[in-house]
Amino acid sequence: SSGINAECPLRPGYFEIAKMAGLFSTNMHLPRQVDMKERVADFWRDEATLSQPKKHTLRPIVTGTSVLGIKTKDGVVIAADTLGSYGSLARFRDVSRLMKVNESTIIGGFGDYADFQHIMKLLNQQTIDDKVIGDGVYRDAVSIHNWLRCVLYNRRSKMNPLWNTIIVAGASYSGEPYLGYVDKIGVSFEDKSVATGFGSYIAQPMLRKAIEENPNMTIDEAKHLMVRCLRVLFYRDCRSLNRFQIGVVGGGDCSISEPISADTDWSIGANPSGYE
Amino acid sequence: KGFSFDNCRRNAFMAKQGVKLPSARKTGTTIVGVIFDEGVILGADTRATGGSIVADLNCEKIHYIADNIYCCGAGTAADTEFTTNMVASKMELLKLRTGREGRVISSLRMLKQYLFRYQGHVSAALVLGGVDVNGPALHSVFPHGSSDKVPYVTMGSGSLAAMSVFEDQYKVGLNEEEAKKIVRDAIRAGIINDLGSGSNVDITVIKKGSVKQYRPYEVICQKSERQGDYSFPVGTTVVTSSVEMVPFSALRVTDEEVMEIS
Repeated sequence: SSGINAECPLRPGYFEIAKMAGLFSTNMHLPRQVDMKERVADFWRDEATLSQPKKHTLRPIVTGTSVLGIKTKDGVVIAADTLGSYGSLARFRDVSRLMKVNESTIIGGFGDYADFQHIMKLLNQQTIDDKVIGDGVYRDAVSIHNWLRCVLYNRRSKMNPLWNTIIVAGASYSGEPYLGYVDKIGVSFEDKSVATGFGSYIAQPMLRKAIEENPNMTIDEAKHLMVRCLRVLFYRDCRSLNRFQIGVVGGGDCSISEPISADTDWSIGANPSGYE
Repeated sequence: KGFSFDNCRRNAFMAKQGVKLPSARKTGTTIVGVIFDEGVILGADTRATGGSIVADLNCEKIHYIADNIYCCGAGTAADTEFTTNMVASKMELLKLRTGREGRVISSLRMLKQYLFRYQGHVSAALVLGGVDVNGPALHSVFPHGSSDKVPYVTMGSGSLAAMSVFEDQYKVGLNEEEAKKIVRDAIRAGIINDLGSGSNVDITVIKKGSVKQYRPYEVICQKSERQGDYSFPVGTTVVTSSVEMVPFSALRVTDEEVMEIS
């Protein structure tokens, strides 16, 4: 009989009383008697799994969709919606995928949200370290982009990637606006306009055309352009939400806006037309 | 009737031996259609790709179905070509039989029933547009046989780039010039941002009683001027000695033997 429940061997616990009363019809409550044959089989099964390569991150779970960025002469504008999708379920509708790292940088994360939170934690610690050193110099956008590239490439080389694409928007030490992109496989570059995920198919053509037509865009024009792109993304990306934040680094200001929505036009759906 | 699958076993065996099967030539395309106040405008790029090589720089993707109906095709080039040709023949026969101008929904039905019969193996994604007695009509047809009735549509690998232009700029009741502009902008977005699309913008404007084809409407990818000049000036090669050329007629025939060929 199990001595675990009894405080004193001479004083029966509930278990013993129930057993004495004959309330147990099976021995399911007792530990399983494993014979040697089964233990040998367990050993070989564990050997088989141990001899296979150890599997790491296989797929993202809670994900964020497109992040957009555009660089103007006066600064950089970055935008992302506030949705954390759980597969096809719009599960977390108030998630901030933009993070202000320090006064010169904002990052936006696409892909697995847990991995993005890990990156945010590490970057936060970096900013605290910069503050603690106390020389008034904080890492700029270029340094943070470089650091992220090293981290993400290193993780992919260990076959355990951080399943994210990060957009780094900010200013370099000289004050020049900077816009960078880093991938989960370590692809990294800087450009005048960047977009992740669906945004690279739908929004990037719009951003490129706007830059071509108006090379001297102001930050306000860039913000309006972002709203137009996010509206089209809401029309055409299944995993998007019409609630987004726009971050600006430039003109002495580094801030992320409150969540806003774009007005949408669904009037083409007014007349029922069928398929023929 | 239908496909004969006899060669599938042979192909599977060859693939297992390591023989690489030839890839179908695809149009890797941007095709669009939009309804405006007087009719329909269809637009397409002109690049045909075979793998990552441009097979045809200026192919025609807007196919004739009837005098008042045209169809853009994306997917496998052979499939779109033969499917649209077949439906064009059937529409002509129908016109002769009924004595009436063809309707867009007739060609739509023929296309859908054909493509569904082949369960998606005929890889043709089409944008069908025209003006008939019922007014302007625009439909998209997918390889498995489904269709959509829409005021504006894009298909092909550049469809997302083109759709971003439409979603941003389309409004009900466009006039011809505005509609031509957004079609041109949409195809241009596909040509510039999609690697499977390129070269020129072709446009077909279909109105009641008139069809105007612009081929090309605009040349986006122009071959640039050659930068260097590789011709050598006369006198570059030093002449060390010269030989007097003997004319052929000066040769004397000494012996002649003719081969028997019959």
